[in-house]
Amino acid sequence: METRNQIAEHHHQPGQAHEEHGHVHTHPSQGHLVPRRPSPEELKHIQGWGADLDRKNRPGVPMERTPPRFTDAKEGPVTQQPERVEVLVSPERPGITPIFGTAQPPSGVSGAIRRVAFKSTENDLRHWLLLLLADRVNVVEGVVEDLARGHVPNIFAEMGIKSEWKHNPAGLVKKAAIAGAVVGAAWYLLNRRDPYR
Amino acid sequence: MLAMNYRGPYRVRAAQKPEPVIEHPGDAIVRVIRSCICGSDLHLYHGMVPDTRVGHTFGHEFIGVVHEVGPAVEKLKVGDRVLVPFNLFCGSCYFCQHELYGNCHNTNPQATAVGGIYGYSHTAGGYDGGQAELVRVPMADVGPMVIPDDIHDDDAVLLTDALPTGYQAAEMGDIAQGDTVVVFGAGPVGIFAAKSAWLMGAGRVIVVDEVEYRLEFVQRYAQCEVVNFREVDDMALHIKKMTDWMGADVCIDAVGGDAAGSIAQTLTGRLMKSQAGAATVLHWCINSVRKGGNVSIVGVYGPTFNAVPIGNALNKGLTLRMNQASVKRHLPRLIEHIREGRLNPKEIITHKVPLEDVADAYHIFSSKLDNCIKTVLIPPNADQVRAVSASALH
Repeated sequence: METRNQIAEHHHQPGQAHEEHGHVHTHPSQGHLVPRRPSPEELKHIQGWGADLDRKNRPGVPMERTPPRFTDAKEGPVTQQPERVEVLVSPERPGITPIFGTAQPPSGVSGAIRRVAFKSTENDLRHWLLLLLADRVNVVEGVVEDLARGHVPNIFAEMGIKSEWKHNPAGLVKKAAIAGAVVGAAWYLLNRRDPYR
Repeated sequence: MLAMNYRGPYRVRAAQKPEPVIEHPGDAIVRVIRSCICGSDLHLYHGMVPDTRVGHTFGHEFIGVVHEVGPAVEKLKVGDRVLVPFNLFCGSCYFCQHELYGNCHNTNPQATAVGGIYGYSHTAGGYDGGQAELVRVPMADVGPMVIPDDIHDDDAVLLTDALPTGYQAAEMGDIAQGDTVVVFGAGPVGIFAAKSAWLMGAGRVIVVDEVEYRLEFVQRYAQCEVVNFREVDDMALHIKKMTDWMGADVCIDAVGGDAAGSIAQTLTGRLMKSQAGAATVLHWCINSVRKGGNVSIVGVYGPTFNAVPIGNALNKGLTLRMNQASVKRHLPRLIEHIREGRLNPKEIITHKVPLEDVADAYHIFSSKLDNCIKTVLIPPNADQVRAVSASALH
């Protein structure tokens, strides 16, 4: 990098513009910056414009309003829901909540991974990464479970291929061609004769 | 009963599963007559939310008719037509007492960072959702709202999440008269955020997306300007140029972790899952808003870390607000807006699909085929269930 003292002196010929040396000494002024504010008259064609301009009309102003409106909660603590299935509980709370879901209790290998995940807190990245891993294992378990019940999953139908064919046939053909090329290339690479063998 | 059944990333099917039962005295069982596929369901569908278990039934936007009530339920009765806010909440914990219904501490044992949500993985409580014929609705006296007779089913189902979330997004932007508001994402929530920005007195509303048909729709429906980010070199620079070099007053992230538009974010967030989804829109919001401006986030991200330019937010003096929508506190006002004709939510519904075809419905919505904006799933026998509700009311 040149220091200030090393910058070569240069001279202008009579009539030669300064810019011809490839540099400009000034930028255009940015001017006076002010945001544009259309008048209400300019906006009155907008359906409903300004109906909640007054913040008093906005249900979330203030954001935290107490006592709450519109709920019919009973006085006192909420009755505890009985635990009939295994529910994993975040270590970041003292116990199970009064109400909880029971949709898909943990099971199999994915369930074991989830139990490990719940030994760490929500603040710990391992918690979430283990849960994502368990989700992927669970997908394989789902296919195995289907097959064990004598149901061969129609994966194309589950991915909505029928609608792709109906609404985007060219795209489907393109995707199929790309997938075919990738599979074909992989098959070729795996089966080609090894010249050094 | 028939229900949507998750089998893995990009794979779902309609399948028979056991009917839900009353598990707590405050529970109700609701027969679903409408359920939606939400943009945030796609985060589950794409395998981005941890602890999404095979066999799970999604669906946090649904309405139905009360089929059975637990012994402690006093306000609801069999035959009532109800809309069910997407968040489960008790109404009595510290957070509910402050109207933070989206942050209830009594309905999700599996995480403290998020409240209970129907059909939104075990991270959100492990409740099966409403893309089914029947669904368990806990705290039935607290969450559900009986739908007024003059509110159409299709408007009601959009009041369970998409409309209140869009409205809250605008509200959290603290919009003042004449403000320039940029909404990132032209999905249903972005569309409703744009509409709501006008209600709050915005002077300009600009919606950014990459899908041309969605931009055409939101331009027509929400009377706003649009930008296709694929046609722009640099999003923040473009917004600066559009706003006399000031930046927007308010930027709204209505996309979340599935955002496109940045190769690095797509690789690390969407494909490798090494961060909690692509933070592309967060970057655009923070870098496009003016100094001292507001960023409002309702797009869903997973619960692991994200690469976010928080230093820029600090140096610009931004206010960042975000939350899951506290649906119930918005309902009375939003119903007024519908009655007064200021909002017409059902007009965004482009697809009504039998629940049996749920795999195709997800694929159409996820791949943005057939000009899809919003898909509603109709369970078999929904009409008969609706007839039961009508006869109970009259």
